[in-house]
Amino acid sequence: MHFLRRLAFLPLLLLIISLLAFVLVRLAPGGPFDRERKPASPEIERNLKEKYHLDEPIWKQYGRFLNDLLHGDFGTSLKYRNHTVNDIIAQGLPVSLTLGMLAFGFAMGVGLPVGFITAMKRGHWEDYAGSVLAVLAVCIPGFVVAPLLIMFFAIKWRLLPVALWGSPCQVMLPTIALGLYFSGKIARLLREGMLNTMQAEFITTARAKGLGENAVLLKHAFRLAVLPVVSYSGPLLADLLTGSFVIENIFQLPGIGVFIVNGSLNRDYTMVVGLVVLYATLLVVVNLLVDLGYTLLDPRVKYE
Amino acid sequence: MSDPVESRESRVEGQNAPPSIFNSQSPQSPNQKAWRRFKRNRLAVLSACFLLAVVAFILLWPLISPYKPDALSDAQFRLPSAQHWFGTDVHGRDLLVRVCYGAQISLLVGIVGAGVSLVIGVLWGAIAGYAGGRVDSAMMRIVDVLYSLPSIIFVIVLITTLEGMLKNWLATVASAGLAKTTRLLFLFIGLGAVSWLTMARIVRGQVLSLRSRAFVEASRALGADHARILRRHILPNVWGVVIVYLTLTVPAIILYESFLSYLGLGIQPPMASWGSLIAEGADQMNAIRIYWWLIAFPGGLMVLTLLALNFLGDGLRDAWDVRGGD
Repeated sequence: MHFLRRLAFLPLLLLIISLLAFVLVRLAPGGPFDRERKPASPEIERNLKEKYHLDEPIWKQYGRFLNDLLHGDFGTSLKYRNHTVNDIIAQGLPVSLTLGMLAFGFAMGVGLPVGFITAMKRGHWEDYAGSVLAVLAVCIPGFVVAPLLIMFFAIKWRLLPVALWGSPCQVMLPTIALGLYFSGKIARLLREGMLNTMQAEFITTARAKGLGENAVLLKHAFRLAVLPVVSYSGPLLADLLTGSFVIENIFQLPGIGVFIVNGSLNRDYTMVVGLVVLYATLLVVVNLLVDLGYTLLDPRVKYE
Repeated sequence: MSDPVESRESRVEGQNAPPSIFNSQSPQSPNQKAWRRFKRNRLAVLSACFLLAVVAFILLWPLISPYKPDALSDAQFRLPSAQHWFGTDVHGRDLLVRVCYGAQISLLVGIVGAGVSLVIGVLWGAIAGYAGGRVDSAMMRIVDVLYSLPSIIFVIVLITTLEGMLKNWLATVASAGLAKTTRLLFLFIGLGAVSWLTMARIVRGQVLSLRSRAFVEASRALGADHARILRRHILPNVWGVVIVYLTLTVPAIILYESFLSYLGLGIQPPMASWGSLIAEGADQMNAIRIYWWLIAFPGGLMVLTLLALNFLGDGLRDAWDVRGGD
């Protein structure tokens, strides 16, 4: 029931977000055609505006935008005028999503074991080493990691390529650069979750029943301790998708991040609004799924 | 700045701790206990000292140094040496002075941005928790929704759009000099405005549990109005938790700012921040020569500062036992 209601709420939310973005970019001084050949005559500008319906009142423009959106059309980019926003999304989104997913896998694959081991070996050297590494990872932003990785792995030792996208070798450095920060965060979350859970009474019960330590840890404790990580994975995906702007920039990847930055600088109205709506939809849906997963893992959680 | 805080502290102490004869048996206030726990955490205390040293250095060194942060020279790309401890950059500027200068701005953005998030978060959380019921669930629903949105995209759109408007307005209303600082102003507000969510959640939880406690009931029975109850009984008890999360918000905002500056959307040259300095260094990187100091020094100081802030925040959190409470 709760999820159905949230699903119904979703279009309204996207409507609000799109309206906000739509109005905001148009309020900004300057317009998409400002950087045309210097002495652009008023006629040319008027014709351009007419062609893209920018001369209409804003509510009419918004209505047109919504109508197109319902047909799955984000419109034509006002800066790259022989591309539609759909084209650009179709080209860039797979790269950004792949990078995001790989980094997500890396963050989980490194973060969960480190968090688990540091919690198990509390007070031992493994704990100290792992915890220090995790804090370090949280404090080194991707744009410091990326140049360092390039410096050593690509330029100095010539093991991996500096840039570009496609082969597994080329994917490795961007994935690490993007995922490292989040692996540290996940490790810290899981460690804390484990330590909190291990004090719970049902763990004592499980031990008293004579369960083996591995079963206690993996089947009982981990399932509860991983919940903070699960609820973090929604915001995590948002951070991964937006965090990739910088990584795409450094490794010259043909992703989508560059378009949102340049789009808002160039006042490329259709591009900005289209991408904002795209990201918002993606993230709202992901968050819904995360919450669904949460209730599956922890039956005690009930939404109303 | 420090004066009113101190007088408040001493007043609180005076209330809670009876005069000195009873001192050994007197129950300590939660804040005093937490403070003692904090002082036993060597890493956190060390971090606090380190941070103080960094702040003192970045404020004082530009005054002593023979170089100016914007002074160009022919000595490009000099390795770190006795004259230029951190080397020089592409325009022959002394990197040490530039790192100090950038650190001032990064820390300023972090602290002011965290302050903005503090005001919004505490107000939002306190009102939601105190009002309860429908108001509470509506306000928290909004927080949930905002949580799931890509805040950085909104900051980018906000900075690139509204900034132009504000700049034009400031240039007509006030002087052109003031218009130059709009970017900084926008970073303060924009980053603060997207970082208050966790604070609101935590404050709301605390207020919710405090609201039904006996001393609040008693105060209400004595006829205190809402404003008084919030001000005298609830907010003072939330304070410890707030400070803990404030320390953890500062590094998060510093990271945000450096991220934006790296993309060219944050601090603009000739001003500098850690992010823009690292971006300048990364721009100069090529296969033939690696100017490692351009990245290593600003990046290193930034990482150390963030580490210290995180250790300090963790230490404060453990001392105040934020998670374990209730």
